[in-house]
Amino acid sequence: MPPRTLLDKIWDDHVVCTPPGELPLLYIDRHLVHEVTSPQAFEGLRLAGRRVRRPEATFATPDHNVPTTDRRLPIADPVSKQQIDTLRNNCREFGVRLYDLGDADQGIVHVIGPELGITQPGMTIVCGDSHTATHGALGALAFGIGTSEVEHVLATQTLRQGKPKSFEIRVTGRLSAGVTAKDLVLHLIGRLSTEGGTGYVLEYTGECIRSLGMSERMTVCNMSIEAGARAGMIAPDAITFDYLRGRDFAPRDFDRAVAAWEKLPSDPGATYDRVATFSAADVVPQVTWGTNPAQVVGVDARVPDPGSFSDINDKSSATRALDYMGLAGGTPIVAVSLDRVFIGSCTNSRIEDLRAAAAVVRGYRVAPTVRAMVVPGSGRVKRQAEAEGLDRVFTEAGFEWREAGCSMCLGMNPDTLAPGERCASTSNRNFEGRQGKGGRTHLVSPAMAAAAAVSGHFVDVRGWEYRGAGAP
Amino acid sequence: MMEPFTTHSGIIAALDRANVDTDQIIPKQFLKRIERTGFGQFLFCDWRFLPDGSLDPAFELNRPEAKGATILLARRNFGCGSSREHAPWALADYGFRAVIAPTFADIFFNNCFQNGMLPVRLTESEVDELFKRVAAGVAAGQGYRLHLDLREGTVHDDAGFAASFTVDPFRRRCLLEGLDDIGLSLRQTDSITAWEAAHGLPAVGG
Repeated sequence: MPPRTLLDKIWDDHVVCTPPGELPLLYIDRHLVHEVTSPQAFEGLRLAGRRVRRPEATFATPDHNVPTTDRRLPIADPVSKQQIDTLRNNCREFGVRLYDLGDADQGIVHVIGPELGITQPGMTIVCGDSHTATHGALGALAFGIGTSEVEHVLATQTLRQGKPKSFEIRVTGRLSAGVTAKDLVLHLIGRLSTEGGTGYVLEYTGECIRSLGMSERMTVCNMSIEAGARAGMIAPDAITFDYLRGRDFAPRDFDRAVAAWEKLPSDPGATYDRVATFSAADVVPQVTWGTNPAQVVGVDARVPDPGSFSDINDKSSATRALDYMGLAGGTPIVAVSLDRVFIGSCTNSRIEDLRAAAAVVRGYRVAPTVRAMVVPGSGRVKRQAEAEGLDRVFTEAGFEWREAGCSMCLGMNPDTLAPGERCASTSNRNFEGRQGKGGRTHLVSPAMAAAAAVSGHFVDVRGWEYRGAGAP
Repeated sequence: MMEPFTTHSGIIAALDRANVDTDQIIPKQFLKRIERTGFGQFLFCDWRFLPDGSLDPAFELNRPEAKGATILLARRNFGCGSSREHAPWALADYGFRAVIAPTFADIFFNNCFQNGMLPVRLTESEVDELFKRVAAGVAAGQGYRLHLDLREGTVHDDAGFAASFTVDPFRRRCLLEGLDDIGLSLRQTDSITAWEAAHGLPAVGG
């Protein structure tokens, strides 16, 4: 057999059949479900008299549309409540395991999947959510699907899929102090553009990627979709296995599983459809200035002038973006003041993210002009943070400390920006209106968000004066 | 069974923007509904309406020449962002049967086929030409009509424009015949069961 990539191996292992004239049927090992993209799928099953083929391989949690305030209170918005009730009823009717509101392990679906050990190397994983790419950090093939496809997976445990092309993103060297995985992936998206990865699965390789911890790898894979790639993946290694060992759904015969997982990394000599190499040394803390994640510069740079773009689409996008963002070309990034700071989302709400933000905040106060919020990714992350005293670091500095959910990443729940408000956000999308109609989003790392909260404007966290424990 | 798509003739609404994301097509505040229907009224909500709730006359879809449009024309990377199928639901419910752009985001592209909507990839220069022809129609105070043929994979107008496009043969057949994807896949149940047997289906949870 010729040398194969990680993608080839997982793909080959999961093709059930390719009926003549049809697309291959790909077997799906794990299906994650949330309240927003599943109601119509369950309704479709019900109308057709179909069942869920493998309820035990299907896991659900409400996250997009849940309040992050006191969970003992009823949900104020009746339409949100109906959607969450519908998920509960569907899970009960079809026998799907649900981490419901009030369950200790509820959280953002892409945070709890790895955390519970549901996500494992070599698996195919789908969810009706584009940030399913996150799970590829553990060496899985994981991607977002639409609601009709959710129904297809529920009914058949398979998906109709043409094989995507492979794209190796090799990152050499190591990230400098104060530069994080979030900065790396924003830097990569800036270079690849929002559609550079369309049609591909990105496999991140190289010394830099190997040096990242699991949480950082998840941040990188999470944002693959912002470069147009449905999936991003990283070959499993000792860091992956150590992360998974002992988790709730980890294989009981763990050593045997590891022996199989060790065969997954791309073979020497395996070829990718496309390869690009980047140097970690080129990456500085990143801040987006526009209305898509590729509109990004280093914190030490200025907002670009639309006239500086040669491509007509880029030029018109930049003009529109600056108008929406209320920014003038040439403004230094560090001169941009903020009204809000959001630390959370499936990109950056794990315990490592909260530790990094807390280290910056310790000994400081949130600027009086800023309202800042921390939303842990899951109930487990929240409890761990509280056990470490991080919640007090945040609340004593003036941050709000919330319950787990997607929250202001997409603002489906009451956590939204008001029109014109400017926010430093650790989330993944700075689209117009993403965090609230008329809201202005700048994507940054947790450390950069924390420093901006304290300073009231963007600052280069590489020069931060740490005042207590946890400094990097 | 979804509505088959074979040929379609209709007026173009031209949205001269790149990277139109699904957050714009259907903003998140409208994703709380648990039905597939009724999303058209919220299509491009933040662009289509002024703060007082009236239609913004400057927005492309609100122009008189776009009245009754059933084909949407846009620039590259249309439908990027979230996987929400509410985006094609909203476009279809508003009355669109096809979207033409140089490139599409993958998930949106797939979602279109599940809803009897045809996404058509043309070259940048063909899309440019269509924008010009729509603009000429606007100058003359009339809508610009285009004809799509999925059987032949062709696009043409009444004034000499012609282009071709390709669609995956399976997706094409499903769209032409309005086939239920799930029903087709369930015919492969024996293969699925065999795959599960061969792979030993390790118990979930170790």
